Amino acid sequence: MGVVIVLIVVVVASVVFHLVSPWGLTELASNWYSMDVMLHLSFAVTGVVFVAVMAFMIYALVKYRHRQGQRAAYTPDNRRLEWWLLGLTTVGIVALLAPGLAVYNNFVNPPDDAMAVEAFGEQWRFHYRYPGEDGEFGRTDTRLISSDNPLGLDPDDPASRDDIVIADGALRLPVDRPVQMHLRSQDVIHGFFVPQFRAKMDMVPGMVTHFWFTPTRTGEFEVLCTQHCGIAHYRMRDDVLVMEQDDFDAWLAERRTFGDQMAALEEREEDEDVRWGRELADSEGCMACHTADGSRSIGPTWLNLYGSEVTLDDGSTVTADADYIRRSITDPRAQITEGYPPAMPAYDFEDDELDALLAYIRSLTDDDTPPTENGTGD
Amino acid sequence: MAYSASADSHAHHEPQSFVRKYIWSQDHKVIAIQYAVTAIGVGLVALVLSGLMRIQLGFPDSGLIDAEAYYQFMTMHGMIMVVYLLTALFLGGFGNYLIPLMVGARDMVFPYLNMLSYWFYLLSVLVLMASFFVPDGPTGAGWTLYPPQAITGGTPGADWGILTMLVSLAIFIVAATMGGLNYVVTVLQARAPGMTLMRMPLTVWGIFVAAIMALLAFPALFVAAVMMILDSTLGTSFFMPAIIAMGQQMDHEGGSPLLFQHLFWFFGHPEVYIVALPAFGLVSDLISTHARKNIFGYHMMVWAIVIIGFLSFFVWAHHMYVSGMNLSFGYFFAISTLIIAVPTAIKVYNWVLTLWKGDIHFTVPMLFAIGFIVTFIVGGLTGLFLGNVVVDIPLADTYFVVAHFHMVMGVAPILVVFGAIYHWYPKVTGRMMDERLGHIHFWITFLGTYAIYFPMHYLGVLGMPRRYYDYDYDFIPQSAHDLNTFITVVALAVGVAQVLFLWNMAWSAVRGRSSGGNPWNATSLEWQTPETPPGHGNWGPELPEVHRWAYDYNVPGAPQDFIPQTEPRPTSAPGHGHREDAT
Amino acid sequence: MSFWVRREPERGSLEPSSGIGHWQGPVSRGPALRRGLYTFLLPLASLFGLVIMAYIMRRHMPDWQPVALPWQVWLSTLLLLASSLAFEQARKAARLAHLPALRRAVLAAGALALAFLGSQIWAWADLQQQGGYLEANPSYSFFYLMTGLHALHLLGGLVAWSRLRMASRLGADRAALQLSIQLCAIYWHFLLTVWLVLLGVLVIMA
Repeated sequence: MGVVIVLIVVVVASVVFHLVSPWGLTELASNWYSMDVMLHLSFAVTGVVFVAVMAFMIYALVKYRHRQGQRAAYTPDNRRLEWWLLGLTTVGIVALLAPGLAVYNNFVNPPDDAMAVEAFGEQWRFHYRYPGEDGEFGRTDTRLISSDNPLGLDPDDPASRDDIVIADGALRLPVDRPVQMHLRSQDVIHGFFVPQFRAKMDMVPGMVTHFWFTPTRTGEFEVLCTQHCGIAHYRMRDDVLVMEQDDFDAWLAERRTFGDQMAALEEREEDEDVRWGRELADSEGCMACHTADGSRSIGPTWLNLYGSEVTLDDGSTVTADADYIRRSITDPRAQITEGYPPAMPAYDFEDDELDALLAYIRSLTDDDTPPTENGTGD
Repeated sequence: MAYSASADSHAHHEPQSFVRKYIWSQDHKVIAIQYAVTAIGVGLVALVLSGLMRIQLGFPDSGLIDAEAYYQFMTMHGMIMVVYLLTALFLGGFGNYLIPLMVGARDMVFPYLNMLSYWFYLLSVLVLMASFFVPDGPTGAGWTLYPPQAITGGTPGADWGILTMLVSLAIFIVAATMGGLNYVVTVLQARAPGMTLMRMPLTVWGIFVAAIMALLAFPALFVAAVMMILDSTLGTSFFMPAIIAMGQQMDHEGGSPLLFQHLFWFFGHPEVYIVALPAFGLVSDLISTHARKNIFGYHMMVWAIVIIGFLSFFVWAHHMYVSGMNLSFGYFFAISTLIIAVPTAIKVYNWVLTLWKGDIHFTVPMLFAIGFIVTFIVGGLTGLFLGNVVVDIPLADTYFVVAHFHMVMGVAPILVVFGAIYHWYPKVTGRMMDERLGHIHFWITFLGTYAIYFPMHYLGVLGMPRRYYDYDYDFIPQSAHDLNTFITVVALAVGVAQVLFLWNMAWSAVRGRSSGGNPWNATSLEWQTPETPPGHGNWGPELPEVHRWAYDYNVPGAPQDFIPQTEPRPTSAPGHGHREDAT
Repeated sequence: MSFWVRREPERGSLEPSSGIGHWQGPVSRGPALRRGLYTFLLPLASLFGLVIMAYIMRRHMPDWQPVALPWQVWLSTLLLLASSLAFEQARKAARLAHLPALRRAVLAAGALALAFLGSQIWAWADLQQQGGYLEANPSYSFFYLMTGLHALHLLGGLVAWSRLRMASRLGADRAALQLSIQLCAIYWHFLLTVWLVLLGVLVIMA
């Protein structure tokens, strides 16, 4: 009988938990109210089934528990009952499936006037792109990706000249306007999920995936990666700002187009060593862990690094001069900056390569020149 | 093929040496125990890993393990539990022990192959464990091993770890294929006289169908593993598109990461049922025996097993609703997935209806069976959420998924494993397990796992993504972190409580009450062996003859409340037994 | 796969090969082994079927370049066909209890299978010469994967064949020999079918 009492407690506790639990859906911020309805419908239907089947089982356990001299009935089957149960179950399944597929149909077909926005995943951050005035994204190619062109746009494609690339910044969206997300990735599979928007989709390298939603209230949200993408998966996140249409338009108008960025880069006067250093930093994988724009990554940023005071993990401070930086490249674990993991492997560069890298790092300062969008001010 | 029967009659002797009898044994019972002990051993490793992960999740400031270790443990925990524990235990352990005994065979039809199967399995386990000791440790790619992530530098163990994992899986598949061949052919070919297919206990049906599914599904994993090995070592581009990983342009071009996912889940979804179907079968027999009543709707149960097995090959992409595959596939897979819920629901009804008008003994196996029904109902119903594509979209890759599959293919089958061990232990050792310890073990395990996984669904509804090392996010309230701490505490308690079970198994083997041959008064063949534990060859000189199905409990007019399958039918007693089958 | 089972052909020999004599039992070896072999073909069919499915899914991508099939694959086809036919000859000889013919046919079947493997290696080498490396294009990767998996399975078959050859030279029991030949023949025909299907896929859906 103890079993029966415990089972009753389990059923009642489950139902009560569902009703009073403080953990539930976040406040909705998109048009996918219908997904919430489907979720609640599923809870209701399955909840009824759960309670009914459990109640029947508990009743059977009480009524037919073993007592002295009791014998069980011999009933191999009961075809009528079985067909009834089969029919009822099918009805319940259809009741869940039919509205579900109707909502899904809505999810599959984005509205025609949806605004296209691209989100681009890389280990472990997001970048974004707006198609600009022509409403079309320019061609991309993974091989064109560099620190100057983090999304790999093809500069020769006219459609890409008016694209607006937002590297390492929040995603901004206008409220009450349908958005068709175009998702890409440069390395591994990532996921794009804003809990308040409900809808999500993976970002798969080598292809473009899509989904749509309409933000319905302004505010600040977080996008998180939902597909395991390596050691820092749990930290892959970004801000999403939903703003009034006017504010959004004003913000977007201030951005430089990709074409302008490229033109600015071409005019850039650059020391031969600095250019070589930047190429080395790209090709040798430095930029996987370090940034040139001041944002935090696996390793310390290079912006304003040269000449700064660095606090080490033993509490002492050193000045990041040429010797220090050289040493940090060839023997990185000798001195670890406070707050960063000792994750960097030792690099074996030629002396002139080290000089080039050093020249590049030294050039990364925002003292006199403002940084461009993708952070390689010089 | 007529051969002289006397030619070898002088060779009547038991194998003498210890090594021959217990190590290089070809006896299905010894192999079953080898399989079970190895599987439980490796399962304990996975249990400890999950405890370490839970400590990180419940107490993120403890700093006990770093992110790298977290992902590695997560991967190993998942893979071990699904493949190396559950699959191996149900097929290699229970399948090996019970199939020949339940169908009335002397052994598996290919005993030597059976032995090889175990040794390959052991080798695969050793290779897997070796990955803890290779440079950079085991892979941290998650048990789904999705490329490109699994073989690029941002993931722990992307060189040696993933290779040892894939090689180990390939060896495991060879072992499972050898075993599966044996189980299938033994059921088809070596049944005792009178044992028609429709007289077999549901345990045999469950394992039989699962073995066929394993034969068909594992090659998908094998192909995927071979292709990934080639991608990572020889630079082919089956799954690898042109990518820049960790700042390096990689020499791949045009491969398709989704192709891997299709192959993986073509294996992965049937795999769920490879674990579930044997559990369905075993639990049916537990319920029937301990409720002293025939299983309700035997034919329906058999057909449900077969239909579930068949349909499970057409639902794989419900794991990929948000993977970026063509969205129109979602309609088909949502429908096929929810269709599978119908035969599954039938099984639940029939278990409950078996209890109806029964004579229910609350023995330890029965308690575990009841625990299974409760857990399975919850896990099955939440499956309706995730199968219904539009409900899955917000819930995919959140803790709702984690809670769902732990309920339905973690806890539910494990409860059956425990129940089945308490049930068949007397046959294996000739001794009963301790009842009181069993009760304590049951209550801690059942209530504990329920308290872990039921609330966890709500963390998923909240939107907490799975596979996160910590959860420093604005939308997650402090109370959710507190719930996580609670879950960790319960999980650790449940984990530690398994010591009770291990102790009970060890202690009872030596000191347990002697059980006799048929302590539960059960009808099926394995309880009718001349010796307990069954001797070499199981049946003595004469094979048993089967006259009825395996569920003749409380037959009206019978003197006892059970009639063994070997009992001949009285020539004129229509009430006895229930139907003739001509299979 | 006869080589996985101990060859003690007494009736009902379900002996767990530990020296126990004959038990009365319902199992006779022939049907069990045949059924075992047919069951074994299930995962193999699944394996090759899935590779073909993967091939079909993959070839829709834009970077696909068809493989220029080396001419040797046609030679391979003939050799494997002949090897299969030789097994049929051996089967007939076994039925007629004509031991010398049986030995000849078994030897021929194995030799032809080895020649098939040789021809495959030649084909791979030729393809490499023309720049068709494993990683040249996914189509080439698939070509090597398909032909490689097939060759490995034939290699496994040759292990069984070598035991059959040994048995036929020692003049083993006729019924046992007949069974082994039959099993090998079934396996060979299966691999021939797989080869023809693979070749068909490679030609039609290049």
